[in-house]
Amino acid sequence: MNKHTTEIVKQGLQKRYNAERRFRAYGMFAILISVSFLAVLLTSVIGNSVPAFQESVIELEVDLSQDNLGLSANPTAEELFNGSYENAVKAASYALFDISGRKEKRAIRDLISSGAWYSVRDAVVADPSLLGKPQKLWVLASDNADLYMKGIVTSDMPETARRLSDQQVQWLDELISSNRIQKQFAYTFFTSGDSREPETAGILAALKGSLYTLLVTILLSAPIGVMAAIYLEEFAPKNRLTDIIEVNINNLAAVPSIVFGLLGLAVFLNFFEMPRSAPVVGGVVLSLMTLPTVIIASRAAIKAVPPSIRDAALGIGASQIQTTFHHVLPLAMPGILTGTIIGMAQALGETAPLLMIGMVAFIADVPQSITDPAAALPVQIYLWADSPERGFSYKTSAAIVVLLTFLILMNAAAVMLRKKFERRW
Amino acid sequence: MSINTLLIALAVLAIIAYWSGVQRAKGSVGSLANIKRLHSRPTYHGLLMLFGIIVPAVILLIGLSAFENSIAEQMMIAQVPQSMLPAEGQSTGLLLTQIRNAAFLGDSADPALLDLNTKWQSIVANLQTIKYGLTLAIPALVAMAIYFKINPTFRARNRVESVVKWILMTCASLAILTTVGIVFSVLFESIRFFNMIPFTDFMFGTHYSPSSDTFGAVPLFAGTALISLIALLVSVPLGLLSAIYLSEYATPRIRAVAKPALEVLAGIPTVVYGVFAALTIAPAIRSFGETIGLSVSSESALAAGLVMGVMIIPFVSSLSDDVINAVPQSLRDGAYGLGSTRSETIRKVIFPAALPGIVGSVLLAASRAIGETMIVVMAAGLAANLTANPLEAVTTVTVQMVTALVGDQEFESPKTLVAFALGLVLFVATLLLNVIALHVVRRYREQYD
Repeated sequence: MNKHTTEIVKQGLQKRYNAERRFRAYGMFAILISVSFLAVLLTSVIGNSVPAFQESVIELEVDLSQDNLGLSANPTAEELFNGSYENAVKAASYALFDISGRKEKRAIRDLISSGAWYSVRDAVVADPSLLGKPQKLWVLASDNADLYMKGIVTSDMPETARRLSDQQVQWLDELISSNRIQKQFAYTFFTSGDSREPETAGILAALKGSLYTLLVTILLSAPIGVMAAIYLEEFAPKNRLTDIIEVNINNLAAVPSIVFGLLGLAVFLNFFEMPRSAPVVGGVVLSLMTLPTVIIASRAAIKAVPPSIRDAALGIGASQIQTTFHHVLPLAMPGILTGTIIGMAQALGETAPLLMIGMVAFIADVPQSITDPAAALPVQIYLWADSPERGFSYKTSAAIVVLLTFLILMNAAAVMLRKKFERRW
Repeated sequence: MSINTLLIALAVLAIIAYWSGVQRAKGSVGSLANIKRLHSRPTYHGLLMLFGIIVPAVILLIGLSAFENSIAEQMMIAQVPQSMLPAEGQSTGLLLTQIRNAAFLGDSADPALLDLNTKWQSIVANLQTIKYGLTLAIPALVAMAIYFKINPTFRARNRVESVVKWILMTCASLAILTTVGIVFSVLFESIRFFNMIPFTDFMFGTHYSPSSDTFGAVPLFAGTALISLIALLVSVPLGLLSAIYLSEYATPRIRAVAKPALEVLAGIPTVVYGVFAALTIAPAIRSFGETIGLSVSSESALAAGLVMGVMIIPFVSSLSDDVINAVPQSLRDGAYGLGSTRSETIRKVIFPAALPGIVGSVLLAASRAIGETMIVVMAAGLAANLTANPLEAVTTVTVQMVTALVGDQEFESPKTLVAFALGLVLFVATLLLNVIALHVVRRYREQYD
């Protein structure tokens, strides 16, 4: 009988071992898929971002004589700002090659960025001694010329597919051989705001907008969140109100972020009449959204402080408030900071509520205060991803790389804080 | 006076109050040698004075700002000549907007409106002066009252502590206030919407087209359900199997690499997933479909759903991981002792024991999926098709909310207000899913201890 059972077990054993191996393979497969998706996502984004970190500049000899710019002999600062630089740059670009026809003029103009004259103006305003004679200046090349320089558009492609005529390609090759066009680090990308032209679009405005938004968020959600956590952990009596607060916090953590956007629109924009598209409103909305995260993390940190600390303080005559603020809070601080940073990282990447409160408008100016209209970095990514120009697709990826860099830095800071100050009691 | 000047003035006032409180407390006992006769240390007297400035100032500033606008509008209406007022019972909103915008129009504006605009601006300026005046005067009075109360027996510390406790409680109650704010703002605007479009037309109508004022939301619900279903079909098996592998099979080294990698997936902003879905996955699916002879829409539900599914994997896996780890070791040991293999233990012992928690985590993942916005805004379509075919373009509740509110808004039109009605549905749906998830976890949890 006994032997019989073993027989039966042995018969099925191979099958069961196979099932075991299969099951294990499924698990590994699942993890592999998830991790490889992550890898594909990151490599595609990073790979796609590389071209955006370089820009092409063309050397022009711009006639900066007062006559040509329509200025008086000794122009005031305002006159200097309003000179006709655009025409000067146009004339300089026609002089690059020996051309005359209207069509050719237009073709050559298309090689220079339409925003190139801004940099000439800024250079002259910054250094008026440039005035008076022709100066060699490097100005931004247009998007299409830039793509050719980066080898994304090549001369092998059919003329219709590359948005550059054969004539333009020939000109570019001439410029390359005479070293009058070159690639350099993409300063424009980091020093300018949004633009309709890919080559002059940058992330500075969005970055600053995000920074202001995050500043408001952290100033609101960190103190309020920590104080709420202190109340719930240290002072709250066990009653109905406390229960309701706890349920509310847990529910708020699960409310979709877009609903917070509706709240911001209805309450802060329509009722309080705060300015549209401003980082201050974005910050308030995001702080309400991150509040549950901060509260939950802070509560965990406060809870981890052992009761003996509290008992000791109370025992030598400290009041409850003194115990909490002088002893418990400093010990819980690393945990609270970690939670706050993670909450802020969440706020930095959040887009949907900002769309609702109008931070999605086209804003080229760099915001100077928290009430100026501004874009935010994730919103900028969304806007660029929707733009049809090829140059914007690289800028989108580059902006994502910048955003991810910030997120990685914040999370690394959180991990380091935890590692350095974590205490086991 | 701008808000910045006010804030600076308040800060100066607060510092003066703190300092004078400290000085008064020190002075009240004569000399420093007698300082022990004070009930509370001088700092507490200073702090009480500080709170005397800050607390009333914050309350006044927020409270007055909330009512400032409606008071201004009332005062304005009182000044409008009878002939310009809209008929009895009609909203004055349009007239007020016209008055406000008159200044921007300059010379082309109606002179009567321009005249009212000057009045409006003086009303607003006056009210602001009153508001700022009150915000400075009342806190100053409160601080003054405290100042004259300071004497050696004044229990400043106890007062400070009770104020601090109230502040703490207010901060905690902000969670309730936020929920109330959400419910009221969404509900209020939804009711305005349902006054224009009947509730049943909205909930059960099968045609959605804001441009022709038809708001049947069923295609949106179906689209949301379709995309969420695809997302769950991706994330539940992958997340669950990952969690099982990580907690039951993985060596510590694999765990140390794979677990953070999964968490990174949760940390990537949704807009990045959106870009990836729209610019990489959707064209890939489309061209793959073409090679096998299927016509795939460039904004297919499949692309959005797949990417959303990957985004949700970490939610499912980390929640399931917790539940699986919570199953007591004795159950595993019992199963191994009876001769079962590891996978048999997992499938027949651990999985049933952890099931309520797993179901809970799936429900939470579902609530994430239906509330997710950026992926669908970027990768799903705008056309409200009622279809179950994942290769076609569908639209979702969140996409239509964004479409309704981005761009020019006119708050009297159902085209805009529909966003709030959709938001209400979304809010209620996610709330229900969360409540059910919690209930399932609590109700069906096996108690082993």
